[in-house]
Amino acid sequence: MGDTKAKSSGAVQTTGHAWDGDIQEFNNPLPNWWLWAFYATVVFALVYWVLYPAWPVGGTFTKGVMNDITFVDSDGKKVTTHWNTRALLLKDLQDGKEARLSREYMDKVAAAGYSEILGDAEMMAFTRSVAKGLFGDNCAPCHGSGGQGVIGLFPNLADDAWLWGGRIEDIQSTIGQGHLGFMPAFRDTFNDKQLDDLASYVLSLSGNKVDEAASARGKILFQTDAGGCYYCHTKAGTGLKSQGAANLTDQIWTIADVNGATDLETKKERVEKVISNGVQRQMPHWSDRLSATQIKLLTVYVHELGGGQ
Amino acid sequence: MSDAGTESLYQARIPIYPRSVKGRFRNLKWGILGLAYGVYFLLPWLRWERNVGPDQAVLFDIAARKFYLFGLVVHAQDLFWLAGLLMIAALLLFFVTGIAGRVFCGYFCFQTLWTDLYLLIERLVQGDRVTRIRLDKAPWTAGKMMRKGLTHLLWLLAAFWTGLTFTLYWDNAPQLIVDWFTGRAPFAAYATTLFLTATTYVMAGLAREQVCTYMCPYARFQSVMFDADTRIVAYDAARGEGSQGRHKVTRELKSQEQRHQQGVGDCIDCGYCVQVCPTGIDIRNGLQVQCISCALCIDACATIMQSLGWGKSLVRYTSEKQAAGEPSRIWKPKTVAYGLVLLAAASALGWSVGHQAPLEMSVVQMRQPLFVRLSDGRIQNNYELHLENKTDEPLRLAIMMRGLAGAELDVGRLASLELPPQRSLRVVARVRWQSHHDIKGSRSFFFDVIPQRRRDVGMVSAPATFYLPGREG
Repeated sequence: MGDTKAKSSGAVQTTGHAWDGDIQEFNNPLPNWWLWAFYATVVFALVYWVLYPAWPVGGTFTKGVMNDITFVDSDGKKVTTHWNTRALLLKDLQDGKEARLSREYMDKVAAAGYSEILGDAEMMAFTRSVAKGLFGDNCAPCHGSGGQGVIGLFPNLADDAWLWGGRIEDIQSTIGQGHLGFMPAFRDTFNDKQLDDLASYVLSLSGNKVDEAASARGKILFQTDAGGCYYCHTKAGTGLKSQGAANLTDQIWTIADVNGATDLETKKERVEKVISNGVQRQMPHWSDRLSATQIKLLTVYVHELGGGQ
Repeated sequence: MSDAGTESLYQARIPIYPRSVKGRFRNLKWGILGLAYGVYFLLPWLRWERNVGPDQAVLFDIAARKFYLFGLVVHAQDLFWLAGLLMIAALLLFFVTGIAGRVFCGYFCFQTLWTDLYLLIERLVQGDRVTRIRLDKAPWTAGKMMRKGLTHLLWLLAAFWTGLTFTLYWDNAPQLIVDWFTGRAPFAAYATTLFLTATTYVMAGLAREQVCTYMCPYARFQSVMFDADTRIVAYDAARGEGSQGRHKVTRELKSQEQRHQQGVGDCIDCGYCVQVCPTGIDIRNGLQVQCISCALCIDACATIMQSLGWGKSLVRYTSEKQAAGEPSRIWKPKTVAYGLVLLAAASALGWSVGHQAPLEMSVVQMRQPLFVRLSDGRIQNNYELHLENKTDEPLRLAIMMRGLAGAELDVGRLASLELPPQRSLRVVARVRWQSHHDIKGSRSFFFDVIPQRRRDVGMVSAPATFYLPGREG
């Protein structure tokens, strides 16, 4: 035991011990409020262990006494579980006020006919807000977030050309059943000159200025069994919706990027490439993946993108 | 650590036991308190007939993004009014403080109002100043525990009702209060109520004058608005102290004449002005940061002077200049400027509220894709029109456009649509236009929305831009 130094003014109290003669330790006790706050956290922890999931026990853990979160799991079974935020989120997504309101409106839209939806501004707004998400999740990877498509690969849904029909019922069946877009490759059928003639004729259909003689030769190939193009594209070149054959007389090109070219040679080159290589496109069917109501919402959404028919 | 060498940064609170006082200013303050509490506690219960929306006179509906204020419905787009209101409040504070000092602190601040209420409860349960001091010093007995416990219980009840009332402004009050007590109210309702209960109890019951002295920023920045002409609560030292200073009433210094002959002032050093002070200062030491201008010391001294028959209160409203015998002005460039700006801001807000648009439209271009080429070679741009009906009647609207010669507008089957009262809708509009060789880039035009069969609601227009491909293909 060392000597206890008298408390001199301005000095901090020491613990009263001295080691090796002169080594002392300051005594700076924790403030009482701090100590009590610490005790309070201990009590809090004890209460928490009882109420909430807390301790790992072997391969499992203590679940807490609150076993009161009920929700419907992905298999449609009603599950009641201990407190956890994941279940809380699922429950909120199913029973929350917004979820209820959204479900009510969804039922309303599901029960309504297409013409009823198209004539009701509020239902249209609801459809757009829900279908925008559906479109983004399911359709946008190919067709683009705004339905603008990719020239040469995926059709533009925002314009007014509809390969498979732009009426509501056409769009619904397209989404539900999918489509196989096919044009044979003609590289073995036509020689280079014939390809050039055909391309000239096809471009003339939509008002491009081409060599008249070549176009006339191409027309014969197009409209007779020599080329057979008219089987699908019709003699007038306006296309056939049942085959998904494009209308060649309008200004829209979904495979050959004609609008993106400035001179005739490039345009012809791009059309010839399509004729010689053919087209093979596939849109999957969505009836297995999406519900009837979801398809309905998407139908209205896609219909509205370009103005529909 | 209490070091004799250095001064401690922490000062323990010296308990203050404000004594009750009666008088002109106390009555005025009770009046303001009654009025303020009447408005605050009763307003959520006031019903209000509306064609659409809740029947509560004042309701801040966050979920629906609408604030209902009697006949006015504030929509999300009108929220800049709140900025205007805050600006007006700030200017009013500058204006009033420049002229009359801390009027807000002394008469209107909720800290002052609730502290007054808490002091009233304390006095009714424990008695006045002297009794309270004695009770605090007395050992803990059942009686003391009962009195102290009852005080805190009543405080908590007052705090709870304050918090609950605040919560009632944010939802339908009669329904919310039932939900609250049956455990069905939203979490936010419980959190808000309990938080405000806690803050009210702590601030008005325990912290009191420390809020004004240490926490409140307004208290600090109001002092920079003071000048020599500002009305302040001040002690008339010339009259109170005389040439020989103040003195208690003694046999030799009993009448005013006796005192004046000996050069002693009118202040009999009774200490009443100090005892009534809610912030525990002695006003006779001059203007101090703690003073909230509550004027209770004026009442205290007036009571004493009146009972002695020596005239007016020694503590009074004056200004530094006036106290020094100089002329004091209220209307100076500073106050006039504040007044004008205040008037301008209030008029602007009033005009804006009075001219709330009954119908609003905003247009957002759909940019993905920005434009589309159609089969006939025309270009199509899509827009989303956001229409909002702020009236209590449904509006039948016709959507039109102008400014693009020959353009076609397509809104599907919604060219004429009905917009329900107090509702907003989004409508997609497609505009098709022949692309011209001489026009590239973009062109401005307008969407018009025309209310049908309504004279009182005018046409609303919104500008939009039509984009053309940069290169003619």
